[in-house]
This record gives sequence, C-alpha cells and structure tokens, in this order.
Amino acid sequence: MVAVTTPVEIAAARPRRRTPGGWGRRIVLLLAGAYFLVPIYAAGAFAVSGPDGVDALTGIGGKAGFVEAFSLSLSLTLVTTVITLLLMVPTAIWVHLRLPRVMRLFESITILPIVIPPIVLIVGVLDAAPGTLKATPYLLALEYAVLAMPFAYRSLDAGLRAIPLTTLVEASRSLGAGWVATITRVLLPNLRSALLSATVLTVALVLGEYTMASLDQYQTFPVWVVVYQQDDAHVSVAVSVLSLVATWALLMLISLIDTRRLSRARNS
Amino acid sequence: MTAPAPSGGRAGLRVGPLAGLLPFALYTAVFLFVPTIAIAIGAFVDPATGGFTLGNLGIAFSGIYAQGFLTSIELSILSAVVPGVLGLVIAYAVQRSGSSGLRRVVSTASGTFANFGGVPLAFLFIATLGSTGLVVGWLKAIGLDPYEHGFSLYTFSGIAIVYLYFQIPLMVLVITPALEGLRPAWREAADNLGASAWQYWRMVGGPVLLPSFLGSLLLLFGGAFSAYATTQALTSGSLAITPIQIGSFLNGNVLSGQENVGKALGLGMIIVISVVMVIYALLQRRASTWLR
Repeated sequence: MVAVTTPVEIAAARPRRRTPGGWGRRIVLLLAGAYFLVPIYAAGAFAVSGPDGVDALTGIGGKAGFVEAFSLSLSLTLVTTVITLLLMVPTAIWVHLRLPRVMRLFESITILPIVIPPIVLIVGVLDAAPGTLKATPYLLALEYAVLAMPFAYRSLDAGLRAIPLTTLVEASRSLGAGWVATITRVLLPNLRSALLSATVLTVALVLGEYTMASLDQYQTFPVWVVVYQQDDAHVSVAVSVLSLVATWALLMLISLIDTRRLSRARNS
Repeated sequence: MTAPAPSGGRAGLRVGPLAGLLPFALYTAVFLFVPTIAIAIGAFVDPATGGFTLGNLGIAFSGIYAQGFLTSIELSILSAVVPGVLGLVIAYAVQRSGSSGLRRVVSTASGTFANFGGVPLAFLFIATLGSTGLVVGWLKAIGLDPYEHGFSLYTFSGIAIVYLYFQIPLMVLVITPALEGLRPAWREAADNLGASAWQYWRMVGGPVLLPSFLGSLLLLFGGAFSAYATTQALTSGSLAITPIQIGSFLNGNVLSGQENVGKALGLGMIIVISVVMVIYALLQRRASTWLR
C-alpha cells in the first residue's frame, strides 16, 4: 500500500512546494484585471463628468430614438436566437447521433462565417437579396443567425460530448417516447448549460453588431449609440459602459442560477 | 460508442440520415453561400458592360488597395500572436488558481468582452488612452507623455492595443477547454518519472496543446482581419485597412466604373483567410501525427 500511495502524496504536495509560482500567477491576473477594468473606469468617469453629471447614466431611456433603436435590437435578438436554436440544436444532435462521419465537414461549415468577414458577407447579401427582403430589418436577423453559428455550434458540441447521448436516446426511445419527446424532455434538460451559453453568446453578438446593421442602414442600438454621439458624447459613452457592464452582470447571474440548480439536482 | 444503424447493413453513408441535414444545408446555402457566390461573380463583372473583366481584381491588388491588404495582414498577425500568447498565460493562471469563483468571473467576462467591439470599445479607449485620457493623464503626471514619444491611439500601434481588449478574451474562451483537457495524471506521471516542468511542457503538454493553440490563433487572425467597426470608429477611416476600404465602397464613395472593386476586395479577403486555413490544416495534420 505504501508503495502505491507515496507517489500520489508527492504529486499532491508538489503544487504547494511551488508557492513562488503563485506570485507569478497573481501578477498575471492583476495586470490582466487592470487592463480590462481601467478603461471601464475611465469611460465611466468621463460619462459622469458632463453637464448632466450622473443623469447621463440614469436618463438614457428618455433620449430621442433610444426606445425605437433598443426595441428593434431586442426583436432582432429574439428572432435570431429562435432561428439559431431551431436550426442548430436538432442538427447538432442529429450529427452527433447518426452522422459522426460528417462531423468534421459539419464543423468546418459552421466555422465558415469566421472565414467570410461580416463586412464581406453584407456586400454579397445586399447584392443578392431580393428587394422585399432588403426592405425589412429582419434580413439582419437571418444573417445574424449565420454569424452566430460558430459560437452556437461550439457550445452545443461541448455539451453533446459531455453527455451519454446514444444511451439517453436509446433509453428514451425504447421506453416508447417519440423523437419530439426525446429531444424536449430528455436531451434539452441535459443540455441546459450548453443551450444557455449558446443563447448568451448569440444575444451578446446581436446586441453589439454594428457593421452589418450600419451598412444595411437600420438604426439598431449600436448604430444609435454612434449617431447620438454627435448630440451628446457623454450619453453615448455612458450607454457603452452600461451595456458592457449589464451584459456581464446578466451572464454572471445566469451562470450563478445554473450552478445553484446543478448543485441542488446533485443533492436531491 | 457508435450510433446503432437502424437497418444494419454497410458502413457507407446512406441517404436517410443525411436528410436530417437538409434544413441546415438549405439555410446555409441561402444565407451564406449565395451571398459569397454573388461576391465571387461580381468581382469579375464589368459594371459598365456587364461582361467579364479582370479589371476589378487588377485595381484591388495594386496601389492603395494592395497596401491595405498588407497593413491588414500585418495588423492581424500581430493581433493574433500577442493576444494568443497572453490569453494562453491568463487562461492557464486562472485554471491553476483552482478558484471556482474566479473561473466563473473570467469565463463570463470572456464571453462579454470577446463580443465587445466597435464604437463602444472605441469610447472606452479614447477615455483611457486618448490624448486627454485617464491613463495618459497619469503618465503625464510622472513626466512620461506617450504622445510626445510617438504614440497615438489612432494609429497602427494604438489599434493593436485596442484589439487586445476583445482578442485576449476570445483566446481565453477558446483555449480553456483545451487546457482542461490536459489531464492532471499526465503531469503526475511526468513528475514521477523525474521530468522537469520544462520537459513536461516540451514533450507532453506542448504537443497536446499545439493543435488547439494554432486553431485558436487562426480564429484570432480571422477576428482581427474582419474587424471593421472598431477601427472605423477610432480612425474615421484614416487607417487604410481592407475592411474600411470595402466599407467606403458600400457607403457610396465610388469612382464611376469601380463599383465592383469592393467585391474584388471582398474576394481577396476570403482568399487570404482561406490560405491561412489551409496552412493551419497542414500544420494540424503534422501536429496530430505527434499525438498518435
């Protein structure tokens, strides 16, 4: 027994012996923290230094055009998320379950939107889309679903690899469940955190996308921020900081809820 | 474990399962491939006559546009390698800290910051490193005005610093799963066999991480190469990188007869990234032979 346990103890003791390495780690994290937080602080300080003071942060809702732009962005977010999930979830499950041979090909197709930059894609879209589609802002949602593909697929792929997919499906099917019931009542609950991260990445992408929206000439939230800058830079900067911090807080909240639910599921 | 074949039979692909890909295939064809093909065709069309021409490509790969490609590629290589290494170090530091709270803060922050860009990002950095920015103020107070030493936020080096703000988080996001794939047992085995930390990284950790690391660099290159809004907002188009040049074609700043040069530039961007992807695929094939 001694011969077996000793190497393990040595291995376990190693990290503790390397406490000097802990300082290197702390310095790395401190520098990284400073690089990411100082600009937020600087912009926040600039936002409240204007004539409106702190009102620059609180009075955003009443600014001209804000409500229209923000609600357009919200509906685009909703449509994009629905399209992305409806398209990617069944396809990803299907590929993992029945077509492992085409997985590499499928993966490389989902990564294509990174190869074709948004600025190039919108040139082609405006060239090829029929007039009726160009007349509606929802053309953007259709394209955002393409832009979200790489991120959505990567999240779903990680989730699908982490569960015993074949076993779950076989068990569910042999107990008499149809495909719809198998997906909605067996697979989706098991994929909750993968779905969550796919959704969050999609939402963050749509709420921040500027290139396509501005060139398609629709005033979404990010485009409004730029346009309003000419009226009052302090307000635009305030909105920028708020949107960054709010997205981060939202993600933290979702992740906390998710962890709590997981640990409760484990305890019960 | 492999999926059970419902009706047994040969190992080859049957048509049945492939039909499940139909919705995805159709969607991608309409919203990704059709626009791409439209660009590829448009790049060869003479806007005046509608006939075939190589003139668009000739303009796109000479003069200011060739310079635009060069600047874009330089900026993208710099903005892939530097944040790639920094992101790897940060992700490793976070993972080794063993704190689940820190890990959660970093993973949510990475998701947020990796998608942050454009004008809001430009604002953050103008407030920080602009000529009257906060940090520039601090540096002036200790007698080190970066603007007197040739630095400017609105030039190549300034843009590269700003790109780190979304490139590092993107790197952390994509490399963390690979770092988690390094099993502690490998490190312990190496330690027990008397390997130094350097030997472990050179012979075990490094080769295992290499394909993911290269793949992540490719993603970062793509991210920097296609970034439009941030640079547009910071320089108002004065730093001539290819996406900005394409944008100015779309905004209607076009000489007569050059309407399709924008599409030729777009085709050029697709070609550049495709070349990078092929190099990556070749490298990865070599890397995966080490893994076997």
